[in-house]
Amino acid sequence: MSSIISISGVTKTYATGFKALKEINLDIERGEIFALLGPNGAGKTTLISIVCGIVNRSSGSVTVDGHDIGRDYRAARSLIGLVPQELTIDAFETVWATVNYSRGLFGKAPNKEFVEKVLRDLSLWEKKDSKAITLSGGMKRRLMIAKALSHEPRVLFLDEPTAGVDVELRQDMWAMVRRLREDGVTIILTTHYIEEAEAMADRVGVINKGEIILVEGKAELMRKLGRKQMTLELRAPLAAVPDGLSSYPLELSADGSQLTYTYDNQSDRPGVASLIRDLEAAGVQFRDLDTKNSSLEEIFVNLLRQEP
Amino acid sequence: MNLRAAPNFRAVWAIYRVEMARAFRTVLQSIISPVISTSLYFVVFGSAIGSRINEIDGIAYGAFIVPGLMMLSLLTQSISNASFAIYFPKFVGSIYELLSAPVSYLEIIIAYVGGAATKSIMLGLIILATAALFVPLRIEHPFWMIAFLVLTAVTFSLFGFIIGIWAKTFEQLQLVPLLIVTPLTFLGGSFYSIHMLPGIWKTVTLFNPVVYLISGFRWSFYGKADVSVGVSLGMTLVFLAICIAIVAWIFKTGYRLRN
Repeated sequence: MSSIISISGVTKTYATGFKALKEINLDIERGEIFALLGPNGAGKTTLISIVCGIVNRSSGSVTVDGHDIGRDYRAARSLIGLVPQELTIDAFETVWATVNYSRGLFGKAPNKEFVEKVLRDLSLWEKKDSKAITLSGGMKRRLMIAKALSHEPRVLFLDEPTAGVDVELRQDMWAMVRRLREDGVTIILTTHYIEEAEAMADRVGVINKGEIILVEGKAELMRKLGRKQMTLELRAPLAAVPDGLSSYPLELSADGSQLTYTYDNQSDRPGVASLIRDLEAAGVQFRDLDTKNSSLEEIFVNLLRQEP
Repeated sequence: MNLRAAPNFRAVWAIYRVEMARAFRTVLQSIISPVISTSLYFVVFGSAIGSRINEIDGIAYGAFIVPGLMMLSLLTQSISNASFAIYFPKFVGSIYELLSAPVSYLEIIIAYVGGAATKSIMLGLIILATAALFVPLRIEHPFWMIAFLVLTAVTFSLFGFIIGIWAKTFEQLQLVPLLIVTPLTFLGGSFYSIHMLPGIWKTVTLFNPVVYLISGFRWSFYGKADVSVGVSLGMTLVFLAICIAIVAWIFKTGYRLRN
């Protein structure tokens, strides 16, 4: 059994009639980092909330490590840690009290050493006797993570983990996610920051308007949908693209000093080599050449554009 | 047996402890202020006015109002404790954690209602001790006194819990206690025997559920009641059953919690 979370046919229609999710089918593999990408309002948080037991689903079923989230909710939920998007903590509790509370809530026996380790890993140990209300935004975020990790979950949900987070915390968080993965924890993060998915994820799922549009390994996704761009720095500026090169999708910069060639990574058409031969034939000389892959962000924008 | 399906006592304990910690953190608000207001009632009703009122049912007026005053605080505090305890996490959003935890609805109820009821029982006993400083007290049926105390605290904590789940704003949270419970308590015989009311009002009063609570409670002190004790107990249990039924429905449907 390789998938740790199995979502099948899950829908959610709110009382207002709004269909937040339409038939979601998704399997999360054990030990992977899965990024759920989508614009605001796509249904990311609703989907997570259903798996975690915060929102009732309208139909469909979800299992966590084989435990149905309805019939066997105790077993399912005790495996999951959730760091929600909003900073929502009881402001008057101390860091130490609130993290131990979370551990108790999930039915784990008290373990001071473990809680101390969690707090130290998140640079929160110094603040253990501070009330949550006195913490900075970044520290509150760390506290939310500490609460989610307090009961040693096997699956960690991070809902928009780096929204409004500074660079240091973002890097700490990524380091933490990698450490957790090494310990075998499955991580599901939602984000609309593509670089986050690009840096972290093994697989990417794209959700839009309550539907999963695609699920793909990150590398394959980049390969399949990625476009490459080659930019040529010309020796002498051109007034226009020479006639002999009109069959290539070339773009000339405004000052005529750069030619940009965009092509599909997976395309069978001989692109680059023949272009360079034809450039030579047309007498266009260049002094430098640069190629780059399009980012997940561009892929993502393209995908959403294709949606009706 | 699958151990993971076992009741999550640790969660009940964790919630209960947080609720009790809140009471001690806000000791001024949750303990001292009711004591002060009770003392004021004694000064005004017990001493100033009470000295001009004859005994009621053979009980000095100051002593007569003690059970009613305890009930007044018990009712309002049980409701406000429990409603606030569940409304506040809903309001700030930290309820996500409770909903995502492996706890059953019954465990949530036991923890929150238990916490709220414990606090108001403690408060009731503090008021009793305060009252003992002002007036001579006697408790004829201590067992029933405690039974009414606990039963009322639990019932109205449950009622408060329902209000806390129902309320969408702080205003709504205050609405029911302010507009319904306080008037019912004042008109429920806290400060008088309903036999003192003129004919028609006596009948109207019998529709007020608080009358039965106060009457039964006063009986446990002085052996005198406006209505029979059995009826008092029965009415309290009926109200408890109604609250349990509403809570069961809330949890079955996820009303205002999981939607």
